[in-house]
Amino acid sequence: MQIQVNGDSIEVRDGATLSELLDQLGLAGKRVAIELNLEIIPRSEHGQTALRTDDQVEIVHAIGGG
Amino acid sequence: MSEQNKDPLVIAGKSYNSRLLVGTGKYKDLEETGLAIAASGAEIVTVAVRRTNIGQNPGEPNLLDVVSPDRYTILPNTAGCYNAADAVRTCKLARELLDGHDLVKLEVLGDQKTLYPNIVETLKACEELVKDNFKVMVYTNDDPIVAKQLEEMGCVAVMPLGSLIGSGLGILNPHNIRIIMEEAKVPILVDAGVGTASDAAVAMEMGCEGVLMNTAIAAANNPILMASAMKKAIEAGRECFLAGRMPRKKYASASSPLEGTIG
Repeated sequence: MQIQVNGDSIEVRDGATLSELLDQLGLAGKRVAIELNLEIIPRSEHGQTALRTDDQVEIVHAIGGG
Repeated sequence: MSEQNKDPLVIAGKSYNSRLLVGTGKYKDLEETGLAIAASGAEIVTVAVRRTNIGQNPGEPNLLDVVSPDRYTILPNTAGCYNAADAVRTCKLARELLDGHDLVKLEVLGDQKTLYPNIVETLKACEELVKDNFKVMVYTNDDPIVAKQLEEMGCVAVMPLGSLIGSGLGILNPHNIRIIMEEAKVPILVDAGVGTASDAAVAMEMGCEGVLMNTAIAAANNPILMASAMKKAIEAGRECFLAGRMPRKKYASASSPLEGTIG
């Protein structure tokens, strides 16, 4: 199924969890925060949170800034 | 530090030895970032929150590997936000990113040319963030009325600009900053505008509780040496403020005794 991650379309397994998505993107274990359809999903819930077609996912991290 | 600091900077109930707060933007690479921040002696370090690049160099080092939350107090900012809703959303993401850490630097900008704060949106965001138990350090203009309002809304520190972000023009309206400090019950820090060590010293000599800077260090020819210069300027300025400067006089006053001269 297709979902949107940071504005781009991505193909994931039907019913994939956020943890599986992070694995697929090479981001497992990285310090990131995730918003699913504008709602923050705490790290502890990534494994139980299943994705649905057309979900909007934002994945952010810390970068240099003042 | 084993010796107890008798003059700590206290923000939201936590004491800091350093009154210099630094950003992590505009450095050549992460190594230089880490070295400059270490040389600055800063304990509070700002970071930005941005979309992770999908599919690009997943193995590349992360800023927080170099600027570890175990060693520094990380201060996520809302730079790049032009309305209250985006700023609040960014703060919530930052809190999740940093495992519930709730100290944030709120900045809601007006336009890209000046990066001047949009005060209407800043006040709106501030209200929501304080209600949501964030500890807000707020970037604002040098308007004493606005500074007071932000304090009354519950900000833990108010940070008026010295001059425009990244301009290096120094403190353009010291009189307003003085009025803001006279009325304040929370720490007032100069945020933005410092270009060189004397600018930082001026802010501290005036009695500011601290200074937040990024470009003045990162855009120097030698950022690591400049970070060290800024550390000393902040310390010198603070000691100067505590010592109390001599009054200005119109005419000379001899330092050597006038009696007992020969001839």
